[in-house]
Amino acid sequence: MFDNFDLMVAALGRGAWTTVWVTLSSYTIALVIGTILVIMHVSPALPARWAANAYTQLFRNIPLLAVLFIMYFGLPKVGIVADNWVWALLGLGMYTGAFVGETLRSGINSIPLGQAEAARSVGLTFGQSLGTVILPQAVRAVIPPLGSLLIALVKNSALVLAIGVAELTAQSRRLIEDNESRFDLWGVVIGVTVSYLLIAFILSYLVRLIERRTAFVR
Amino acid sequence: MEATQPKTPMVSISGVNKHFGDLHALKDIDLTVEDGEVVVLIGPSGSGKSTLCRTINRLETVDSGDITVAGKPLPAEGRALANLRADVGMVFQHFNLFAHLTVLQNITLGPIKVRRTPKAKADARARQLLERVGLSEKADAFPSQLSGGQQQRVAIARGLAMDPKLMMFDEPTSALDPEMINEVLDVMQDLAREGMTMVVVTHEMGFARRAANRVVFMAEGQIVETATPDEFFDNPQTERAQDFLAKVMTH
Ligand SMILES: Nc1ncnc2c1ncn2[C@@H]1O[C@H](COP(=O)(O)OP(=O)(O)OP(=O)(O)O)[C@@H](O)[C@H]1O
Ligand SMILES: [Mg+2]
Repeated sequence: MFDNFDLMVAALGRGAWTTVWVTLSSYTIALVIGTILVIMHVSPALPARWAANAYTQLFRNIPLLAVLFIMYFGLPKVGIVADNWVWALLGLGMYTGAFVGETLRSGINSIPLGQAEAARSVGLTFGQSLGTVILPQAVRAVIPPLGSLLIALVKNSALVLAIGVAELTAQSRRLIEDNESRFDLWGVVIGVTVSYLLIAFILSYLVRLIERRTAFVR
Repeated sequence: MEATQPKTPMVSISGVNKHFGDLHALKDIDLTVEDGEVVVLIGPSGSGKSTLCRTINRLETVDSGDITVAGKPLPAEGRALANLRADVGMVFQHFNLFAHLTVLQNITLGPIKVRRTPKAKADARARQLLERVGLSEKADAFPSQLSGGQQQRVAIARGLAMDPKLMMFDEPTSALDPEMINEVLDVMQDLAREGMTMVVVTHEMGFARRAANRVVFMAEGQIVETATPDEFFDNPQTERAQDFLAKVMTH
């Protein structure tokens, strides 16, 4: 079949593995940031709402590549030094966090006001209403769009090759630009495509599992 | 407490005003509700009945005036306000059961989270209350699987589970099909008979006559007339009340 098939599979496999853990780690960061943002958004404190809004506007309107460059090339200049994978996770996480926050917010807005009023009437505090009544319902409503953000993140994660993280796209580029031309172009193209599709299918399947597990009768 | 001392009213509202923008929704409201009393609020749509009800547990804030519940002024916010709300049951027109929780969980959420009642104890109490409202077999159903009348009875049980000092009902039967109205009114009437302090907004004049100690008639943000049900329905004093009764009684 393709030239040096085993070598190619090993290299793409390493890349795919990096893509997966970069995606999942930065998604975790994004979920944490998004949750904090939405709590700030609905909180009664004006400065908190203002700060959440500023963060969201900032990260929604800057290209992801610019975020990564600012972190990787800019922050070391002001003495903040870290490995490139740290900036990759933080950049992807903070960027995606803004979108997670907006998705959660639309989820909360989809919950009828009466739910919050009933929660408050029972004597739940602001935090308890949010934690036991509003967010559990909002989360169920937003699992599908959060799943879409996850798949988008798989693709966005390719950008971290620009700061030298050897994820799937970076690996395929190395194979294609191999000095001794040991790899067949079409082999690499098919390999990288199949890898991305596999990752997306598996993650979509997991999202659907979660969706089904958390569904309740409406 | 000495016998000569007057009892603290359950709710005392004095000089309350409330605006929504330009709209003067509550005008100089004075109202007391005694312990064990059943007060029915009636009046035309938009007269401020819901708003008044909602100021009592501070779902609406007021612009001026004082409200006390069981002798204590309403806390402005935070834990203290939450604790006050825990003592004031509220039943809404649209039930507002927690959609993601079972009937049993709807009833036990408050006791467990607010009162810190152990789960087993809260469950047992919830089952008692469900039996009382005739829904024992629905403990594990979700709200969407119940009829409107059943949902409203669960909402009443949810309020009672907090052992409230006072129960408020804002048009509890207005969203129900006619054949379900009585199953809810029956539960409310039993409560009234057992001495629960109640504030009820309703258009059910039959219920008002049977269960109320006092009828409070509102129009355009004001309390226009306060009377016993018999006085009010048989011999209304103000023209506004006469007009209103003439309209609702023909239906
Ligand atoms: N959140 C709000 N914002 C603006 N206006 C409001 C708000 N809530 C109520 N109002 C207005 O205040 C007035 C009193 O409303 P309220 O709901 O208390 O009347 P009601 O007597 O309960 O009427 P109904 O019988 O239709 O329920 C109405 O004119 C209403 O439009
Ligand atoms: Mg109303």
